[in-house]
Order: sequence, then structure tokens, then C-alpha cells
Amino acid sequence: MNEKHSEIQEAEILVIGGGAAGLSAAAEAASAGAGVLVLESDLHLGGQLVKQTHKFFGSKDEYAGTRGFLIAGKLLEELSAYPDKVKTMTNTAAMGYYKNDGVVTAMRGEEEYFKLKPKRIVMATGAQERLIAFPNNDLPGVYGAGAVQTLMNVYGVSPGDRVLMVGAGNIGLIVSYQLIQAGVSVVGILEAMPNIGGYWVHAAKIRRLGVPILLRHTIRAALGSETVQGALVESLATGERFQLDCDIICMAVGLTPTAEMLWQAGCAMKYIPELCGHVPVRNKRQRTTHEDFWIAGDAAGIEEASAAMIEGRVAGLDAAASLGYSVDENRFDVFAERLNSLRRGDTAAKIRSGLEKVVAA
Amino acid sequence: MGTVSVFVDKAFKSGVLNGEQPGAVLPPDKLWESKKNGLVIIECPQRIPCNPCNTSCPAGAVKPFEDINDLPSVDYAKCTGCALCVATCPGLACFVVDLSFSNERALIKLPYEMLPLPDPGDEVECLDRVGEAVGPGRVEAVLEPLKDSTKVLVVSVKKNLILDVRAVRAVN
Repeated sequence: MNEKHSEIQEAEILVIGGGAAGLSAAAEAASAGAGVLVLESDLHLGGQLVKQTHKFFGSKDEYAGTRGFLIAGKLLEELSAYPDKVKTMTNTAAMGYYKNDGVVTAMRGEEEYFKLKPKRIVMATGAQERLIAFPNNDLPGVYGAGAVQTLMNVYGVSPGDRVLMVGAGNIGLIVSYQLIQAGVSVVGILEAMPNIGGYWVHAAKIRRLGVPILLRHTIRAALGSETVQGALVESLATGERFQLDCDIICMAVGLTPTAEMLWQAGCAMKYIPELCGHVPVRNKRQRTTHEDFWIAGDAAGIEEASAAMIEGRVAGLDAAASLGYSVDENRFDVFAERLNSLRRGDTAAKIRSGLEKVVAA
Repeated sequence: MGTVSVFVDKAFKSGVLNGEQPGAVLPPDKLWESKKNGLVIIECPQRIPCNPCNTSCPAGAVKPFEDINDLPSVDYAKCTGCALCVATCPGLACFVVDLSFSNERALIKLPYEMLPLPDPGDEVECLDRVGEAVGPGRVEAVLEPLKDSTKVLVVSVKKNLILDVRAVRAVN
């Protein structure tokens, strides 16, 4: 045990998760004068942004037209303006929250445990990938889309030669495009729904490169003995089954918010299908029913990174305000309007309906 | 084991444009035929929160958005065919077609983020909206307007292909 960590460390605002939402929360809280500690379980900050080689949508305020991994750099640059206020710890996971005394336990690496006693906590813990069950899904070659993106875009390792993508949401569509860029063939995209779930333009740009999208189709089994050699696919419309030749099956079938610590804290949680899982009840400033906890990003409900960054700013600013730091109240209105704009489109109908059920007036 | 080529779905809801619709319209014929340097074609028929086509347009040709989810709409009289939107659009949904290039051939300026990168003078395979090869094209220029790795290829094709070609594949 490292001596310096044997005592309880204090922090004004603890941000758990150093991705799009967490870094935005930290920047906003620090700009108001609050001291911030960011914990990131990965080896580097940036969360999923570091894997995003495509240009972002949105407006200039959300860095539209900028590639995701460059946005991570911009957020870190913003944080670097507050060296006395912001501390970050990578390779460090928050492990639990103790309601009786407000202590957070954390682990750096695999050996070093320590305790933190923050005054406020912003949960920006993102999401976990969902997987679907089918025979042989433990064969080498069956991946989640996040793993494929990490291999390819973080470590520069090609996952295979012929990929079958399962899921035509934005992640499935974007990762398919990135695979083609990496010289990997995408044999097709299966989508159980009768329409693509992601942006139409993301689908169009891979369709014109010859990737078929099979709507109302799903995977029934991975084929192969040692590794994946193919997939058994079924049409949900006709029940017809056929085999496809592939060596990678990549699942992009959705995400689930990661917010376990909020259960420990006793936050009111609700199951909201439109937000893809259990999420905390919160007010318009992202504050949960536990007055020391805020929520931002995918942990608050699965949405786009652009919205996660704004939610992070709202949470960080409000957490700082709750500590008595003076903040410009107008910023909340500006952020609220930017979130509303992002959520007015066709693809955000689900988000709007989900938020109605979980955001208190 | 099979491949999926026999199952190719060309439905709009699977990402394939089938004719003009709001957010995906062609320029007016008369102006288009005479316009040197070409006019933009945007194929963005779904309301999503995105406006860089408007904010990047130096000529004010992509009309201002009242709501960021608005479908793009173009004042063709102002479009100079500069292709900055082609390079900027995160959805790779902007193209410029210049009918004034020659009697038989038109120029298509399209976004390209693949390898290998063809050189000017190279022949490429022109692909339609489902990736089927519809004929050869010749790379006339390779531009990188924003110096951000998104290339704009200027490809000449036979004029009868301009409504179909929306991507190219390097052939060697």
C-alpha cells in the first residue's frame, strides 16, 4: 500500500469518468473556481472520444466537423488552463460509495487502494455494451463494436478480414465505415428492426461502398470450431435461414448506462427503455435525488457524445454552484437551449420521450 | 458459405436514396448546365442536429438554418461549386457536379477518406448508391481543402452517370 494513499483524500468535486461528459464537467467546474479530481479507469483520458475517427455532427459549439479524437484533445487543452484546480488520475477506478460517511473507495492499477471523501460527485461513467446470446458466441472472433474500435483505432490492430456487423445504429454504421477505411471487408450489416437506427447519412456512405444492410435479419449462431468461420443468419420476415462467410462477428446492438454507484448512494432510479436501462431521476441541472450526486453523459441515458458534453458542463457548473462558487446563471439557459436543439431531430424522439419520464421539473 | 450480394436491399430506410425528396434535391437544369465550376447536390433527407454545410459555405448558398435539425436547402444562384461543404460535411453527403467541363463529360467533386489515394490522371471505378460499378472515371485533381485528411476528388465521368455516381474505388 502506498503511504500517501493510506489516508482519506479530500476533493471538492469528484468526477468519475474522464470521457466526453466527465472532461466537460471538470472544465466547467474548474472554470467556476472549484477543485476537481477526475478518475478514469482507462490508461488515458478521453473515453470513447479517442476511438472516434469520424467528424462529429452538431453545431460549432459541439465541435461539429471535428473528428472525435481531436475533440478529446481540445477538452484536455481546456482543462490544462486550470492546473491548480484540476487533478486527473488514470488507470483508477471508483469501486464503491459508502452512504453512511460519504466515502468513495478507489483502486489505482490492481494493487493500490485508497479512499476519497469528495464534497460533490459527478457520475460520468458512460455505458457498457450489450451483447446478444446465440450458440458459439464464445468463439474467438465474436466481438463487441467497442473492442473492434479499440483494437483498430487505439492500437492499430486489424481485427480480421471479413466482418459481419450486427446492428445498424450509429455505432454499427460508423464502425463499419472505419473498418473499410482500415482495409477490412464488411460483408454485411444485420438489423432486426425494419429500418436503420443510426443517421441515414451514415448508412448512405457505407451503402455506396457496397456494404449491404439486411433489415429484419438477425444472427442465430456463430459457425466454426476454433475461431469464427461464418454466421447463421435468419430473416425475421420470412424465417428463412442462410449462412454467411465471415471471420469476425461484431456486435453493435446497443449500450446500457453504467450507474451502479448511484444505487449504492440510494438515488431514485427508474427503468427507462428509451434511455436503454436504469437511470437516475434528475432535475434539469443533472442533479440526482441524492443532493451530492450529479449525472451526465451515457450514464444518464444512452445518447450522442455531443449531448454528453453539454450535460457534463451543466453538471459541473451546478455542482460548483452548490459549493458556493459564483457562476453565471445565464450559462444554464444557453446549455439548455443547446441540448434542446440537439434533441429536436427525428432520431431524438426516443430521447425526448425517455427524458420526460425521468427529469423532474 | 454465401455472400449477401443477392439480398441487396435498395430501400430508402436502408440508406439508399431513390429520387429527389426534401433535403435531397437536384439543382435547376438551366442554371446547372451553364454554371462554371458546378453546383452542389446535398443528399441529407433526415432531420438530424447538424449544420456545418451552412456554416462552412463562404458564398451563403446553403441557406441559414432556423433549427439545427432543419434539412439543408440551397440558393443555387449563390453556389460557386467551391466544394468546401464537400470537405466539411460529417455525413459525406455533399457533392458538386460541374456540367461545363466538356461536351461529353462532367466533373464530380466527392469526399474521399479511403486508401489508396489515387493520383491525378488515374482511372477509378465509379460506384452508385449501393456500391455497384457503373463505369470508369478519371481523377482530374485531388484536393484537401481543410487539410484534415478528408480529400475531395475531382473525377470526370460521362454525363449520363452524374445522377448515379456517388463514390469511387481506386482500381490498381
